[in-house]
Amino acid sequence: MSPKKIKPPLTFPRSLTERPFHYCPGCHHGIAHRLLAEVIDELGIRERAYGVASIGCACFLYYYYDVDICEAPHGRACAAATGAKRARPELAVFTYQGDGDFAAIGLTESLHAAARGERITAIMINNTVYGMTGGQLSPTTLPGQRTTTTPEGRDPRVYGYPLKVAEILAQFPGVAFCARVAVNTPKRVLEAREALRRAFLAQLEDRGFGYVEFLSACPVNWKLDPVSAARKVDELTETFPLGVFRDLT
Amino acid sequence: MKPVLVKGSEAIALGALEAGCRCYFGYPITPQNEIPELMARELPKRGGVFLQAESELAAVNMLLGAVSTGVRAMTSSSSPGISLMAETFSYLAALELPAVIVNVSRGGPGLGGIEASQGDYFQATRGAGHGDYHFLVLSPASIQEAYELTAKAFELSEKYRQPALILTDALLGQMKEPLIPRRLRVREYPKDWALDGARGRPARVLKSLFLGPGELRARNELLKKKYRAMRREARAEVLYAEGAELAVCAFGSLSRIVKEAVEMARKKGYPVAFVRPVTLFPFPEKPFRELALRGVRFLVVELNCGQMVEDVRLSVCGRTEVESLALPPSDLPAPEDIYRRIRRCLRRR
Repeated sequence: MSPKKIKPPLTFPRSLTERPFHYCPGCHHGIAHRLLAEVIDELGIRERAYGVASIGCACFLYYYYDVDICEAPHGRACAAATGAKRARPELAVFTYQGDGDFAAIGLTESLHAAARGERITAIMINNTVYGMTGGQLSPTTLPGQRTTTTPEGRDPRVYGYPLKVAEILAQFPGVAFCARVAVNTPKRVLEAREALRRAFLAQLEDRGFGYVEFLSACPVNWKLDPVSAARKVDELTETFPLGVFRDLT
Repeated sequence: MKPVLVKGSEAIALGALEAGCRCYFGYPITPQNEIPELMARELPKRGGVFLQAESELAAVNMLLGAVSTGVRAMTSSSSPGISLMAETFSYLAALELPAVIVNVSRGGPGLGGIEASQGDYFQATRGAGHGDYHFLVLSPASIQEAYELTAKAFELSEKYRQPALILTDALLGQMKEPLIPRRLRVREYPKDWALDGARGRPARVLKSLFLGPGELRARNELLKKKYRAMRREARAEVLYAEGAELAVCAFGSLSRIVKEAVEMARKKGYPVAFVRPVTLFPFPEKPFRELALRGVRFLVVELNCGQMVEDVRLSVCGRTEVESLALPPSDLPAPEDIYRRIRRCLRRR
């Protein structure tokens, strides 16, 4: 990745509506949203973008993007995106999902879409908990991490270990771009933007499935203030290392 | 036009192609594999898309994605697979998407069997998934009708922006009959809701979450109004109503055995009519009501433990007697079996 080449954006993204985000203070959805809108603008695909909103904190995706958006049932975003892309290959199709949606209830649909090399871009916001429902155990919860359904912390003898989705997808020949990013420092924000751009190029250049996993702070459910939550993301990188795991773009 | 000898499942696939179906998504299950297999051969030749999904769950969501872009698309399955799709049926209805679904049903509950059964009548007509909604449900009784009703399902689903389901069974799906694959006129309706890219128009949204005060109620009222408007599509085949004292009612492939029994009874001079609902939702209440007002009694024959009989009872509203001849799978009745029951019904009076 070469973040230096990217010109810092100075204007409000065309693909974003002006509606204020409903996200909690310190949540990283807002940053990810803005980056996604910037990338859609930069690639000039707003008028052929098709987004799939999933179930979770980001289910209101359609309030914030000035692009066509369809809502999928919980976990089925990658299947719905597959149908849309196959029906109209000229569309630039993306999903925006949480770790519960993508990696728990929807793991089958997610993995098979990646294995088929669907020309779609999947974005997974990994905050290690079910945010919208109040902070329950998710497939990416860290060992020992307290959630509302693991009040004593995630016990690996009971719940096993977190799923490292980016590392799994990197094994798939159908995946053309796969990265894990964070947005808790300015440098990482720029790297995340570049990863998103490439995850779209994967489909625009007809190479395969594009995937970007965002490590995202959830201050409310982590019971931390926004600044401490952003710092906490550094700890997550020990279990979920940042980087590009596969890049055919 | 020269007739071709095809299975019911193949006739359904041919009807879909005739209607301009562009995409098929599905998962293998007996007894409907002829539909995906024909689509896998034919759709790519015509520039369409065939995709075998990893599950029925994925297939129906691929269907959701495809029809949301405004193209004609379908899926097919059999009973257990249809149960898996039920979650997304609710979303298809909520998003008002013109998706076409085929259930070549088999016996249940559970894994059940693979023979003809009409045990999915409730599942089809009551929606299957959560929330207040209905599918438009069509049920063919011949291979020609399977072809034509499938094409009709595409038209009606667009007319009402509404998922449509073809409910048939292993018997019709697997048997062969001559089909005249005549050209059908399938009307198109404007798709000012389709997500095909916000080029030169405001962005569009297809969603089913309504949290604002009164929003969900307004939404449900709108759907209710649509389901009421769909009543004008109710269709039934009614035979020998003149002077009848008893009307025997059946749908789908079983109705052919029942029709034969009715004709046997009429030859012997029994005043028997035959009623076959073609649309299961909306249920064709009118012929039932009219016959009931004339004092005609009903005998409802079904390959299940008695499901459609409830709709018949609702239609006649207590004005006449309604008997149920419920025949759960796996044996098919002979026309003589039903004839004997008809005779008993009439003698008792």
